[in-house]
Amino acid sequence: MSGFARHRRSGRAIATFSGFEADLLRSLASQLVELLRNERAVPPSGGDPLEALFDFSGPTSEPEDPVLLRLFPSAYPDDDEAAAEFRRFTEGTLRDGKADAAVSIIDALEEAGLPPQLEEVGLVIDVELDQVAAMTWLRSFTDVRLALATRLGVEEGDEDYWHTLPDDDPRAQAHDIYEWVGYLQETLVEALSG
Amino acid sequence: MPDEITFQALPWVTIVWNDPVNLMSYVTFVFTSYFGYEKKKAEKLMMEVHRDGRSVVSTGTREAMERDVQAMHEYGLWATMENSS
Repeated sequence: MSGFARHRRSGRAIATFSGFEADLLRSLASQLVELLRNERAVPPSGGDPLEALFDFSGPTSEPEDPVLLRLFPSAYPDDDEAAAEFRRFTEGTLRDGKADAAVSIIDALEEAGLPPQLEEVGLVIDVELDQVAAMTWLRSFTDVRLALATRLGVEEGDEDYWHTLPDDDPRAQAHDIYEWVGYLQETLVEALSG
Repeated sequence: MPDEITFQALPWVTIVWNDPVNLMSYVTFVFTSYFGYEKKKAEKLMMEVHRDGRSVVSTGTREAMERDVQAMHEYGLWATMENSS
């Protein structure tokens, strides 16, 4: 396992993933896209169906899924009306941006040679990111980590707890993945700051 | 334009809250790249978030703060805004 490094001459962020790692990253990004597009960013229907067809505004109520609530928190915790207005004007754009960022990770991995179905053993995927792409990956790594942490119930200073879980506990495995994406993010920040 | 801003009251603030997920290096990076803050100031704000649980990261008109909060959400930071007056 290795993270990102800065390519000295081009200044780009480079990383080499095993086929397994690239496939895992693609799977995480795909799940994020699915989540973002699944619970649609539209106001709850129930009124006039014709009127609903012409309603292009975003949602005004908080998402039910705790992951989505963490990704799209309330901007005005003490003012429901202002919070609803803010959500209506921003959540759709934010959702699209986050989904597009995750899709761009999937595309980049596949362009770098990751096949639709990983079968080959010993496959190596080299990625090279310019400044803009690297920023997109950083943001998407954050979304993936927030999603995993919310599902797992990660709390401040609970590292020891996760390491006491047996290796075959699926939560321990998910937490390992969460830490791995954190490691990728840490090295990518370093590569960009270098 | 700068004069206009000087004469206007800027009673709104953007607050970033601590969370157990975001890396200190990433939060600092966001403050330098989005707000254009010097590394020293960005690190100070990041430490406030980490230690005190929250930090005021920008001040301005309501519209400007809505843009900042939206940007923070784009970066995955937990941000809210409030009127400080």
